[in-house]
Amino acid sequence: MTTTTLTRDATHVAPSRTDVRPAPARIPFRRVLNVELRKMFDTRSGFWLMASIVIASVIATVLTIVLGDREDLTFDSFAGAVGSPMSVVLPIIGVLAVTSEWSQRTALTTFTLVPHRRTVLGAKLLNTLVIGAVSMLVALGVGAVGNLVSSAITGTDPVWDIASSTFAQIVLANELGMLLGFALGLLFRNSPAAIVGYFVVNLVLPGLSGALGAAQEWWADNAGWFDLNQTRFLLFDSNLTGQEWTQLGFTSLLWIILPLAIGLRLVLRSEVK
Amino acid sequence: MITVESLSKSYGGFKAVDDVSFTARPGRVTGFLGPNGAGKSTTMRVMVGLTAPGSGDVHVLGRRFKDLPDPGREVGVLLDASAQHAGRTGREILTIAALTMGLPRTRVDEMLERVSLTPDEASRRVRNYSLGMRQRLGIGTALLGNPQVLILDEPANGLDPAGIRWMRDLLRGFADDGGTVLLSSHLLHEIEVIADDIVVIGNGRIVAQGTKDELLAGAGTLVRSTDGVALATALNAAGITARPTSGGAVLAEAELARVGQAAFAAGIPVTELRAAEGAGLEEMFLSLTADSQREVTSHTDPEGAAA
Repeated sequence: MTTTTLTRDATHVAPSRTDVRPAPARIPFRRVLNVELRKMFDTRSGFWLMASIVIASVIATVLTIVLGDREDLTFDSFAGAVGSPMSVVLPIIGVLAVTSEWSQRTALTTFTLVPHRRTVLGAKLLNTLVIGAVSMLVALGVGAVGNLVSSAITGTDPVWDIASSTFAQIVLANELGMLLGFALGLLFRNSPAAIVGYFVVNLVLPGLSGALGAAQEWWADNAGWFDLNQTRFLLFDSNLTGQEWTQLGFTSLLWIILPLAIGLRLVLRSEVK
Repeated sequence: MITVESLSKSYGGFKAVDDVSFTARPGRVTGFLGPNGAGKSTTMRVMVGLTAPGSGDVHVLGRRFKDLPDPGREVGVLLDASAQHAGRTGREILTIAALTMGLPRTRVDEMLERVSLTPDEASRRVRNYSLGMRQRLGIGTALLGNPQVLILDEPANGLDPAGIRWMRDLLRGFADDGGTVLLSSHLLHEIEVIADDIVVIGNGRIVAQGTKDELLAGAGTLVRSTDGVALATALNAAGITARPTSGGAVLAEAELARVGQAAFAAGIPVTELRAAEGAGLEEMFLSLTADSQREVTSHTDPEGAAA
């Protein structure tokens, strides 16, 4: 009984506010990083979005085994099957990492607890990229299990035909997709608009570029310098030439780094309401 | 301590905040009073760095807000209780704030208890919270880091009478412990019952500020009849400075008996006659609310109100 009273008293006697208190230590970046990571998982939608990475990988793998021509299935088949849902889910994670603060108006609390928007956005970006890399490893792992299961069914030796450099390229392609999503999130600060924007860039623009290329020879020859999709998609299934890497760099600058810079500037100056 | 110095903020040509200066002192509750759209929220957003000021400065505890190393541990802020992720539980929202400030998790439970959210309520998603519960949660977030300063925008919105009473006691206790409280409201009564100091804002400008006693003292008499203008004229004729306000009311600068006598002598039936305690403030506030014209504001600005 006595102990209870004592503890209660102890918690109730807060340090008096009249005292001149020493200023607290500066919030370390690691703390912001942890909090932002937690915020990506702690809502139902956030949780299921993350879970969908695993779920989609498993579904894609199972479908490949069930529907595919099992004799010819190699690791590459599974990586391809698992990779396509990833290329849709991951950019959405990139978008929502930013926009949820605005669509749910949590930015009000976030930026009063940490009044350094650059720091918060940096933490979000880093988390997004790490989640992208980890997701790709998970997807690859699920694909590997699929490859083992498939070869066990057919009784053949599994074929591991993905070089680590190829895998690295696929990861890079997906990280670029996430960065594009993140940049659109900063630009629009509105989930539906940014997601629609992403699909316009990814699904509508290639068609337009193709049509333009069919009509205009110059564009057909030089689209690689302007069309991010054309260069980024190369990462999925081929070894890039020096020129193609340069084109990738240039298009990324145009479609990812530039929007990212503009979006960042807008967010840093905007009023949070 | 919060110091606002010559703060201005314009949107296009519209001056939302116009040369606002005031100080909220430790150990006191400062009420920031003004009708909706007067510039209260803009001023408060500038205070905490969510909106960039056009010109002027705000210092909280002697620093600009963004220079506070861990703001949550020095300044508790509640600007909009509804601005929370609907899909998070109350407990999760406090946990995020606690983690950001580097506080132990036990602090979350202490705070839930302090703002009277039961464990069951705390594990519900905010989507299912009433506005009153959101306010409690928001106040909990603000108090979490044991701050020295509280900045609260319309914290009483959505609270039931018992909740308002609870908040009033809580803020009183906070100020009595030496803390600085700045709270805004568009309701005069709310501010009257809780504030020590009052800052009145209308159309982006400070129209009056001072201690509550100073502002409410407003020497004189409030007298009402069916025709306020005629009554004022009669009082003026009797050598009493008087001006009609609204609804037949007249503010007269003389004591009760003399005003009553003058009205009686003029043969004007009086429907109300009382000491004008707070009436000046009330009339000024009503005119601010009723009309947004600056001329009216300066006209009704009671003399001696500016501290």
